[in-house]
Amino acid sequence: MKATERNDDELILRIQSGEKHAYGELVRAYMQPAYYSALALVGSHDDALDLSQQAFIRAYGAIRRFERGCSFFTWYYRILRNLCLNRLRDRATQALPFSNCVDMQETASTADDPSVSTERSMLREQVRSALDRLRPEEREIVVLRDFEGYSYAEIAELLECPQGTVMSRLYYARKHLKDLLEDVL
Amino acid sequence: MNGMERDRFRLLMMKALDGELAGSEHSEFDNFLRDEECRQEWNAFRKVKEATMDLKLASPPQEVWDGYWRGVYNRMERGIAWILVTLGAVVLLAWGSIEAVSAIWADSEVPLIVRIAIFTLAAGIFLLFFSVIRERWFTSRHDKYKEVTR
Repeated sequence: MKATERNDDELILRIQSGEKHAYGELVRAYMQPAYYSALALVGSHDDALDLSQQAFIRAYGAIRRFERGCSFFTWYYRILRNLCLNRLRDRATQALPFSNCVDMQETASTADDPSVSTERSMLREQVRSALDRLRPEEREIVVLRDFEGYSYAEIAELLECPQGTVMSRLYYARKHLKDLLEDVL
Repeated sequence: MNGMERDRFRLLMMKALDGELAGSEHSEFDNFLRDEECRQEWNAFRKVKEATMDLKLASPPQEVWDGYWRGVYNRMERGIAWILVTLGAVVLLAWGSIEAVSAIWADSEVPLIVRIAIFTLAAGIFLLFFSVIRERWFTSRHDKYKEVTR
């Protein structure tokens, strides 16, 4: 996973023996991937913050049942994902515009040639709006891979599915994105 | 190209896009790219990938990270406070109810029908409470999906 796991076992042992502030260290280690993962699903800063914190509270409540040696973030992610999907289900409007949560970054190659730069900038803008139209689960897998940089093995662990399913889901998510961008590609 | 070959091409294409192709898969994928249709699909997916790689998730202000753990801690603390408030209220309510029922039961001027109604009401509330507690206890011991909010 993204954050270092080597100290997790030691931290979890301290938490299980009642040291609440050790949990603070664990939360700080994983708060960013937690927030961004929630953001991918719910598409709103406030909801992502609320749900990622709520998932940490639930994880703390169940920490005695956590088996050391397993990945804390994988375990936490399952709690978080369920909370996010429940929030989406309960919210009549589904995910809020995800494009509000995405920044465009300039790359060196685009800065060299103004025409190429303009073209790529327009394409990025189109991709940004197309991301809004993906289903939350499709957006989740694209974000995990392309934005957060998780490997297939890590995504498979987080989503509790085989790597073949990860690739297949990625294919259909990207195909949906490609279909939405048909006019500009 | 048959269905199985198409599925294989799609998986290899995802691996190629994400730099996860292993040894012999490179040449297998190159063979697929001799097909015009595959090559077109590959080029379109590559453009999508390049475009998404130019995007990144917006970072919230630094204060969000600075106050993140404090937010979690405060909410945990408030959760404990609510449990204590609820427990205290339940105990007080139960004690008050028992006192009230005992006083009415002991009062010979209260008609029998009212006394019986109060007794059945108290028995019903007790049964409901017992049933909920028993269900919660059973769920916590046997439901492996208890972490999932329904």
